[in-house]
Amino acid sequence: MAEILLDVRGLTHRYAMTSSRSVTALDGVSFQIRHGEIFGLVGQSGSGKSTAARCIMNLLRPTGGDLHYKGVDLLDPKQRRENRRMLQTTRQLIFQDSASSLNPRMTLADIITEPMVINSVKPPRGSMRAEAEFQAAKVGLSPSCLDRRPPELSGGQRQRAAIARALCMEPELLIADEPVASLDVSVQAQILNLFRHFQTEHGFSLLFIAHDLSAVHWLCDRVGVLFHGLLVESAPTTELFENPLHPCTRALLSSVPLPDPRRERQRRLERFDTDTLPAAETLREVSPEHFVLKED
Amino acid sequence: MPLLEVIDLSVSFDTPGGELQAVRDVSFSLDAGEILAIVGESGCGKSVLCKAVTRLLPDTARIKSGSVVIDGLSLSSMPERKVQKLRGQLFSMVFQDPMSALNPSLSIGAQIAEAVRVHAPCMKRSEVRERVLELLSLVGIDRAADMYKLYPHNLSGGQRQRVVTAVALASGPRLLFADEPTTALDAGLQTQILDLLRDIRQRLGTSTVLISHDLGAVARAADRGAVMYAGKIVETGTTEEIFYDPRHPYTWSLLLSLPSRAERGRKLHSISGTPPTLIDPPSGDAFAPRNPWALEIDYEQSPPMFRVTDTHFAATWLLDPRAPKITPPIGGNDRG
Repeated sequence: MAEILLDVRGLTHRYAMTSSRSVTALDGVSFQIRHGEIFGLVGQSGSGKSTAARCIMNLLRPTGGDLHYKGVDLLDPKQRRENRRMLQTTRQLIFQDSASSLNPRMTLADIITEPMVINSVKPPRGSMRAEAEFQAAKVGLSPSCLDRRPPELSGGQRQRAAIARALCMEPELLIADEPVASLDVSVQAQILNLFRHFQTEHGFSLLFIAHDLSAVHWLCDRVGVLFHGLLVESAPTTELFENPLHPCTRALLSSVPLPDPRRERQRRLERFDTDTLPAAETLREVSPEHFVLKED
Repeated sequence: MPLLEVIDLSVSFDTPGGELQAVRDVSFSLDAGEILAIVGESGCGKSVLCKAVTRLLPDTARIKSGSVVIDGLSLSSMPERKVQKLRGQLFSMVFQDPMSALNPSLSIGAQIAEAVRVHAPCMKRSEVRERVLELLSLVGIDRAADMYKLYPHNLSGGQRQRVVTAVALASGPRLLFADEPTTALDAGLQTQILDLLRDIRQRLGTSTVLISHDLGAVARAADRGAVMYAGKIVETGTTEEIFYDPRHPYTWSLLLSLPSRAERGRKLHSISGTPPTLIDPPSGDAFAPRNPWALEIDYEQSPPMFRVTDTHFAATWLLDPRAPKITPPIGGNDRG
């Protein structure tokens, strides 16, 4: 079994509302990502998926828990300072909203190669321009887009630029927060193929955050299901889709739309009531690698 | 007689780069009580088509030719003042983004009441309230009386989309245009909103034009589908025909690129190249350069709509009797 690249243990994050009130977005979430593995994190909107991504990228300081990446404690400022370059070059994040995560005053060519400029990486393809063109072609952006700025482009084009920017560093761990949600199906297929290609050819690891379960089913090796900040179930993909144990997972799976009119119209949404969730629960291994939140 | 009939509609935008032909010779019709889905990728002209039909185009757009007839009234030749009266009464629109379609400083009850009063100015206060509560429960919002006073920020995305739908239904339109009503929602809520559209049709007999890029949504909600590419409708048929027996290579490509159809571990089909610019579009079939099944004639002459069945039409030369027989990569039988 491959070595663990990212180790998340008991990750907890509370957003303070006022001095006395707070919202618990993540509540003791633990999972591991191995080298060359694609881990999917799924859940309804508001279940804490993006918060998890931001904590792992050190964009948010978690309220509790442990985060280790390649043996480096991500919550220890000293260790982070010492490994700054490694952390900045081998971890990359694709933000959910490409409209607000790309600088509107920069051209796409500059945006895509900015990580290389910041980390003074020598472009392997000669010039920065050639590098931008190479990355743009990989995500299916035409070279004519490179001289334009984000506001002039469609959502799909911007999203592809954001993906190209993350991939230009050839990261070891890519965290992708809903990377394909705003893309058309044909472009989506291209990006999913690209992620798969990077995994098999370059052995990179991916934390794939999505609400489109059909893409998760196709792409991911293992999946974790978040519900109101709790990791309720995690298992290898086929196991999870064939044998979902937690009612949250079953409700989530029943919401997957099918491009097949007859089966789609027979699909019933499984209702899941928050009140039925027992208060005290622990994560237990029911079969190899299949963990589910159960009553004590 | 169909409720909505669009004949040879063409819409262009005048841009500094030249004339952008967003919608090119589109014809379709819709019967009373029917749900038609218009599917296509972003930039294929589906939203422009919808806005052209409802006469909501910006000033930069120009309707070059064609006519729109709703319920026997020719909309394209009508003065704006009269169209304004019909909006809401005969047809109305459900907008894409429930965040920006609602006024954040008015309670949802007041916003629905506004839509009710515009079309029935003489209605008494108590009657208006009665009607708003009725609309709220129609769109599936429980405890309507309590919800009346809430503001948009108090509601979840799904509830907001329901309120937007209630506003559109306020004056009892016979035809509803829904422009991507589910894109901003997560999967479970999408299903609920799509079921709501079907439920409204069942109860009020409202026809709906559903605009979407999501084939799952089309499969769930629509009776008929029209696939658009580069400003043209390339295939139209019943939902079953589109999904189980597609004939246009573009429809094949769309269906093949869905991850839910693909086997795990197999590469997904992706359409190579990029859509053509609609400034000076190619003379032949616009999809030909990206189409692995393209024939020589596709590059020269654009195909007419070929009839497959009485409800199923597709614009591809592959349906010409002289075309070589190829095995479609998908469908071709009843099961899909």
